[in-house]
Amino acid sequence: MAAPPVTAERTITLEVMRYRPGTDEAPGVQAYRVPYREDWVVLDALNYIKDRLDGSLSYRWSCRMGVCGSCGMMINGVPKLSCAAFLKDYYPGTVRVEPLENFPVARDLVIVLDDFMRKLPAVKPWIIRAEEPPLSAGEYRQTPADLEWYKAFAMCINCMLCYAACPVYALEPHFVGPAALALAARYNLDSRDQGEAQRRDIVAGPDGVWDCTLVGECSTACPKDVDPAGAIQRLKLSSAVQWLREVVLPWGKR
Amino acid sequence: MGETMIPYRRPVRFAWWWGRRAYTLFVVRELTSVFVGAYAVLLLLLVRRLGQGREAYDAYLHFLTTPQMTIFHLVALAGALYHSVTWFALAPKAMAVRVGERRIPEPVITAAAYAVWVVASVGVAWIVLRG
Repeated sequence: MAAPPVTAERTITLEVMRYRPGTDEAPGVQAYRVPYREDWVVLDALNYIKDRLDGSLSYRWSCRMGVCGSCGMMINGVPKLSCAAFLKDYYPGTVRVEPLENFPVARDLVIVLDDFMRKLPAVKPWIIRAEEPPLSAGEYRQTPADLEWYKAFAMCINCMLCYAACPVYALEPHFVGPAALALAARYNLDSRDQGEAQRRDIVAGPDGVWDCTLVGECSTACPKDVDPAGAIQRLKLSSAVQWLREVVLPWGKR
Repeated sequence: MGETMIPYRRPVRFAWWWGRRAYTLFVVRELTSVFVGAYAVLLLLLVRRLGQGREAYDAYLHFLTTPQMTIFHLVALAGALYHSVTWFALAPKAMAVRVGERRIPEPVITAAAYAVWVVASVGVAWIVLRG
């Protein structure tokens, strides 16, 4: 057997899910061979396909540096930011690229994110005060320790990988879900916030934290180490304590 | 615009928990609770038989020594151990305890859970075995 010529370019195959609404009844798979580069991520390979091989391929992306949260996809069945999934971790195998699980597919790798966009504001992710002091009263102050208490939950970039990882969301689409609930925890734990009671209906309601069975895959999938599973368990504990106060202790009503 | 959007909804597989390690382990963890629950029922029946007199109680004890029941106890023990270990590993996620400026590290919470387990087990063993 002769050694391959040194000029031969190494390639890697991407199996990409395609769906053209109006044309396709159901999604299919299309394979593309792209040059293999050690410093390329899956998003680079998709951009190569779009520029050189097939301009009709649709997908979302923006910052290509793990900040914008647009390019989440299923990569070999695992929800990942395609800008952070290196080809070298899959080479010489093929890379299967599919749209994020648990969301309707609009076209190719583009998902419909309306459901998440409805749930996000439902948890009132902003600082709520019992009484709004006038601007002249100055800013709300906070110690570094107060900040540390909720900071991890504030790092969410809304990439929705946690929703794609969550089997509860797959089976019960009404579930408020990991990212939105983590954001509710982020504000409940903020020393400047007084809105826990206003978030209680959605957090502890029928589609809230008690739907969560603690699979924990949301926290595994999170590219920003937000730990939504941890946030939800803490919300469960605080809502259980609140229930005890109201129901078991007659004098504990608030 | 022109084209109306016809989104495609992918069906959820019936055996969604099969084929992905984390999902399978999760389902196993949940299923172990069935054995924990079944063992609790056996214990309650034991108390009931005790209330029905010595004869009923002895017959029940004899029933518990059959090979099928021994196998059940071994399976239930394995299930309870797996359930407890995974639960203790997850406990710090729910219990974030802040002392002054600092949050208590997660391993401390887990270690405290194991310590309570050991103390409770020793207490039960002492009550049962002291004669």
